[in-house]
Parts: sequence; structure tokens; C-alpha cells
Amino acid sequence: MPEVPEHLLRRSRERRKALGLPVEGEEGEAPADEPAAADAGAADAGAAAAPPAAGGDDGGEGGGEDVETQGGAKIPAHLLERSKRRRAAAAGEAAPAAAGGGTATAVAAPPAPTATGPGGHTQRLLTVVKSGSIQQTRAEAQDKVHVWPHLLVIEFASILIVMAALTIFSALVKAPLLGLADTNKTPNPSKAPWYFLGLQELLTMFHPMVAGVTIPGVGLLLLAVAPFVDKNPSHRPTDRKFAIAIFTIFIMLWAVLVIIGSFFRGEGFNFVFPWNNGTFFEL
Amino acid sequence: MAIGNGRNGNGNGRVRVSAALDKVDEKVRGSQAWNSIFRPGSIYRRGYTDSPRNRSYVIMNNVLYHLHPVKVKRHAVKVSYTLCLGGLSFFLFILLTVTGIFLMFFYRPTTATSWNDIRTLETAVTFGSLVRNMHRWAAHLMVLTVFLHMCRVFYHGAYKAPREFNWVIGVILLTLTLLLSFTGYLLPWDQLALWAVTVGTNMMGYTPVFGSSVRYVLLGSQQIGDQTLLRWYVLHVLLLPFVIVIFMAVHFWRVRKDGGLSGPL
Repeated sequence: MPEVPEHLLRRSRERRKALGLPVEGEEGEAPADEPAAADAGAADAGAAAAPPAAGGDDGGEGGGEDVETQGGAKIPAHLLERSKRRRAAAAGEAAPAAAGGGTATAVAAPPAPTATGPGGHTQRLLTVVKSGSIQQTRAEAQDKVHVWPHLLVIEFASILIVMAALTIFSALVKAPLLGLADTNKTPNPSKAPWYFLGLQELLTMFHPMVAGVTIPGVGLLLLAVAPFVDKNPSHRPTDRKFAIAIFTIFIMLWAVLVIIGSFFRGEGFNFVFPWNNGTFFEL
Repeated sequence: MAIGNGRNGNGNGRVRVSAALDKVDEKVRGSQAWNSIFRPGSIYRRGYTDSPRNRSYVIMNNVLYHLHPVKVKRHAVKVSYTLCLGGLSFFLFILLTVTGIFLMFFYRPTTATSWNDIRTLETAVTFGSLVRNMHRWAAHLMVLTVFLHMCRVFYHGAYKAPREFNWVIGVILLTLTLLLSFTGYLLPWDQLALWAVTVGTNMMGYTPVFGSSVRYVLLGSQQIGDQTLLRWYVLHVLLLPFVIVIFMAVHFWRVRKDGGLSGPL
């Protein structure tokens, strides 16, 4: 407990006397309590003493109209009224209770309502919060890291690696440029770009409308609606065996078709083995 | 130290040089111009220190803020989770744009000139061959990375709510990527280009009901020729990139709006 300088206490006492407020040490009641109360409230007494005008002014008003607090916020008149009534009703017990109440006792101990804050308050109402205006939001704790440097460094490194690999590859491997296009000279075999070779492979099995339009169209459509068909909310592979199996079969089928179309189709788009006849494939 | 300085005098020189450098640094990085370019928190600003606050500022005061939030889930930065496939697809798109613009300087989309332009590009233009090779290989690689990105997303179940719509956008992006690659295939106007496109457009000609119209719109005539080359050129360098950029913007935006990368499995 910090010691309050004697001169401050003295000044406080003088001011309080001048304002007609009860001064500690001159109270008739509970002289036995006094040293303890003074001790407990020493800091507060000092604090109250420093701006003595504040408490005095508020005590002076205390009427039916709104009271301007130090912060500028108004305390609604009806609340002050209500509090006054409550205090009056409980006046009998209020004084002893306040006396035993710890910190503010030195200031608030006296029974008279005019002795303390606005309208006899020993505390101030700062604001009124309507019920329901407070929302409890419970943020889920997430384990997060800063994008800089953790993510950007990875992105930068991966870009560098790809860029370097691509540059080296491009310096070593030339992009194909065959002879000038000639509509009268059909190369044998004629192949689509590699990603369409699965479709071209399907052409050998189905009618062109089915292979070239229906199957890729339906395939893309199925792919697009996958999230609306797959209602299983789980992300865990063990819960998604069916979806994963279907997708893997789909992809594998496609990959096999592309590989066959790329490497196992020779002249006349007939099935050949690349190790017998060489590859007929240009990227 | 003091002994070393006494022997050769280098220590003093070093101090003077570093002090001079400091002064230059203060002049340059303390200048108004420098500070107008690099926003607060930039790692290029004077006095950048590695603190959580500055780490946030690096992103918040950076154009990358359009792509990345300040923080991401820890598992989302694991290379083994994403394999960087989506980001690399985007990077390849940028690379293809840059190399493609270079190629446009030397290319005229007519049957009489295009093949010769490519030949000239390869033999007479500095880095012409390298840039063309990069453009072509990057294009194939991009088809691959986009496809693998889709597989990755599927196997992680990342297309599930709330990311359904972004998956649909992704399928559109895959289609656009294939179309971009396919339209570029014709442009060198060599035998490979001509006949690959012939095979492809013949297939499209089997579209029920409007088959022949689809084929006509794509070719600009009854058979592949000048009109086709011009159309596919415009599609390849203008229309499809424009469309794909819009879809990419939506795609990236939704990635963030849907809560970043999907959670750990």
C-alpha cells in the first residue's frame, strides 16, 4: 500500500471541509474501524483528493435530470431516480455494508446520499447495454502461418525450379516443325494432339458422334457435376473409397487410351508395338 | 581487431567504406521516391525487420494481397499437400503469355507466310528458337499441370461444399486450357499442325444437329485454310486468353472466399 503524502491528505481534508463533505477522521460512527478503512482506502482517498472538484460537483447536482459524467456520457434520469429509491429503501443496511466494503469506504462510508457520487452513487453507470446486443463469437483456433515468408518462399522456389527445368529442356529439345502444310498430302498416320488421342482412340471403337462429341461432352459434364452428385461430406480417403475408385478408373482408362493412341498406333492407325515399328508420335 | 588494424590498415578502410555505403543507402532508400514505390512493410524499405507485424505488412502492402491472405493454414503450405500444381499452372500461363507475345512479333497468320515466319524465327531471330521451344513445351506442361491439379483436388475431396462452384470453374478452366493448346497447335502451319487439327475438327463436325455449322464456324470455310488460320490465331492470342483470365480471377477469388485450401484430410 503506497503511502499517501501527508500534505495531500491535509489538502483533501481541507477541500472536503470547505465543500461541506464529511471528512474521514472526523466521523463519529465506527471510530474502531477508522484506521483500517483509512488504510484500505488510502490510495483511493489520494486519488479522490487530487481532483476534488469532480466528486463535489456531482454530489451537488444529483437531481432528476440527466447527469453529465466526466466522460461526457449521460446517465439517464430514470436510472438515477431508481437508484436513489433503492438506496433510500436500503438506507438502514447500506451504511454499514458500505463501511465494510473495502476500497471506496474512505469516501463512501457516510450514510447521507448526497455525500458521494451523483445521486448518492458509490459507483457510476458508464453505459447501458441491451441484452442481446452482445454476441458471443467463438473463433475456432486455427494453426496458421504467415504467407510471407512461409508460402511465398515455396512458391518462388517452385517457380524457379520449373523455369530452370523448362529453359534447359527447351535449349536441348527442339519443338517440332514438319514440312509446310499440304492439304493434298495426308501423313500416315494423322494424329490429333496428345490430349485428344484418347478421343481418337475411341474413334476406332465407336461412331464418330459418340467418340468425338458424346463421350467427351458427357465426361466433362459428369466432372463438372461431381460435387453435386457426391454428397458424402467427408474428406478422408477411407470414407470415400467409392468416389476415389470411380475417379481413378476414369483417369486410368483415359491414360491408357492416350498412351495407346500415342505410342501403339502406327500406319493406318493400326495397332503396333513401339519397340517393333518405332513411334509415330510428335508433340 | 585492433592489432589487425594496426598491421595493414584495412580495418579502418573497411569502416570508412561501410560508413559511406550506409550513407548511400540512407540517401537512396530514405528518399521520397523509394518510399513512394515500396509501401510500409516492404522488405526493400529501410529498417525492415523480421517481426510478425512486418510479415503481415509485406502481404498487406503488396499486390500479392489480391492473391494471398496474410496468413494461411499451416498444412496449406506443405508442398506434399498441393504439389504447387495450381500455382504452377498459373505461372505457366504467365510464361506462355510472355513468350507468346514475343512470338507475335515475328508471326503473320496467313497460309502463305506463317510457316516461313516460324522458320525465320528459328534461324534468324536471337533466342527465337529457344522462346518458341519454351512456348511449346510450357503449353504441354500446362495441360499436364492443370490436369494433375484437378486430380489432386479430387483426391483431397476439395471439390466438396463450399467449394462446388469453384470446382465447376476449374473444369471450365481445364477445357479452356485444352482449347488454348489446340488452337495454338495449328499456327505453325506445318503438316503436324494441319492434320492434327483436321482430325480434331472432323470429330467436332459430328456434333448432333449443328455438326456442319460448328465445323464451318471453326474453320471459317469448308476446309482448313487462311480463314481458319486467322480465326484460330485470334482465338489463341486474344479471345481464349481473355476468357481464361476472367475465369482464373473468379477461381482465385473463390479459393480465398471458400476458406483457402481445403482442410487437412
